[in-house]
Amino acid sequence: MPDAALPAGTESLLRFENVGVRFDDVTALQNISFDLHGGETRVVLGAAGSGKTTLLKAAIGLIRVDSGRVYLLGHDITNMQENQLLDLRSQVGVLFQEGGLFDSITVAENVAYPLVNRRVHAMPLNEVDTKVQEALRFVELEHTLEQYPSELSGGMRRRVGIARAVVSEPPLVLYDSPTAGLDPITANTIMALIAKERDFQNTANLIVTQRYQDGQLMANFRYNRSSGNLEPVSRNGAGNRAGSNPTHTIFMVMKEGQLAFEGNQAELEASRDPYISKFVPKYS
Amino acid sequence: MAGLLDFLKSPVAAIQDFYILSGRALRNVFRAPHYADDIAIQMDVIGVGSLPIVILTGFFSGLVITMQMSRALSQYGAVGQVGQIVALTLVRELGPVLTALLVAGRNASGIASELGSMKVTEQIDAMRALGTDPIQKLVTPRMIATCAMLPMLTIVADFVGMCGGYIIAYLTLGLTTSEYWNTAYQSLEYNDIVQGLLKPFVFAFIISLVGCFYGLRTSGGTQGVGRATTQAVVVASVWVFVLTSLLTRIFVNLH
Repeated sequence: MPDAALPAGTESLLRFENVGVRFDDVTALQNISFDLHGGETRVVLGAAGSGKTTLLKAAIGLIRVDSGRVYLLGHDITNMQENQLLDLRSQVGVLFQEGGLFDSITVAENVAYPLVNRRVHAMPLNEVDTKVQEALRFVELEHTLEQYPSELSGGMRRRVGIARAVVSEPPLVLYDSPTAGLDPITANTIMALIAKERDFQNTANLIVTQRYQDGQLMANFRYNRSSGNLEPVSRNGAGNRAGSNPTHTIFMVMKEGQLAFEGNQAELEASRDPYISKFVPKYS
Repeated sequence: MAGLLDFLKSPVAAIQDFYILSGRALRNVFRAPHYADDIAIQMDVIGVGSLPIVILTGFFSGLVITMQMSRALSQYGAVGQVGQIVALTLVRELGPVLTALLVAGRNASGIASELGSMKVTEQIDAMRALGTDPIQKLVTPRMIATCAMLPMLTIVADFVGMCGGYIIAYLTLGLTTSEYWNTAYQSLEYNDIVQGLLKPFVFAFIISLVGCFYGLRTSGGTQGVGRATTQAVVVASVWVFVLTSLLTRIFVNLH
């Protein structure tokens, strides 16, 4: 199945080499290898407890790996000291489950946090205000500047989380279950924002989720700047739509800490494996 | 057997973790970035916020010491020396210890519950993920603020306590203003002032770091936050007593 090739020389932003993580006697990750390049989106599917969040935390060194190596933005972070890791992490956007916002500061301060508090090249305050407003306008929440996270709904909190993750325009953004616990309409809004961010800034994404629809949206829709809407990438009909992969979306399925599948949407839908096919809704 | 070993190992591991946290917090004092805003906010919370309770407690302790001591001193016909007793007791011991206990109850608990809530809601992890060191951002400012504020609060408590003593001495013991303040002032030596200011400085380290330590170790949801808060206050208070005994011993020998 021919994938649309990534531009030549696209560097690897995140690379896992035979990574293993253990918590006491429980194996959380085992022998995970993959490579996430610039402009690529990887959607990690898996049941609860399959190691998805551990994978995401290991990617930025919040959890140390027990075996294998992890490379983030070209740096080997496997044994990197926390101090150096902090500087590297500030170059990556992260959306936590439930948003991970600081609840005792306002929405504006939350979004400004990565710009104001990073250890190197802290931004002048007047520039920060402009950036914060831009980021909140992007997620259509510019009216919530002075509100506290507890005053917002779950979906709005998630959107503020996205604004905070992308405010520093990172080349790589990690999303931990961006749609968990949201109704289908809000979930769709969140995924549309993530796709919009991808196409606006050409960011690489690692999206951990339980919903196949999230990945499907990333793989098949593209943000049209002129119309301001998400549009399907191919209009050749359902049978043909996943034949190519113009959005560079790759699916990964985790099962009990191992990688059970890696490939594009068509390959995922064609899989006969009973575990993998459970994630793909069967359309009649 | 393994259970017994774990039981013995856990306090040693906790002390080790406490040392590591203290070392990092101290090292960060000399390292960029410095979060001046956070230090100022904490100074306001710990210093200005504790002022009313410190004034009230200092005043009444001075009042009570004077009443108690005047009875004992009257047996020797030395009621006139009450200013000296009040000044020495307050500056050397009661001022630093009472203020430290109040700040331990008020701020070690506050710090532990704030950091504990952040820990259980994964805000500490979020902070690390956004590239800020939680020790630099949360622990060091609280430590600096407590170390700056506790000696000042102690000075206030000492002074207000002496004023409380003066009211009793003047109104009920019939001492003149100059009698009371002269004996109080002349009894204080350099050594007393040094120990009266060194003690709160040392207590401040322990109170802030114990609060941060238990906060950052919190696990087990909201119940865990409650547990961390209680532990922080108890451990900080006990350490205040242990340290004041040690420091008093050193200063008594120096004299």
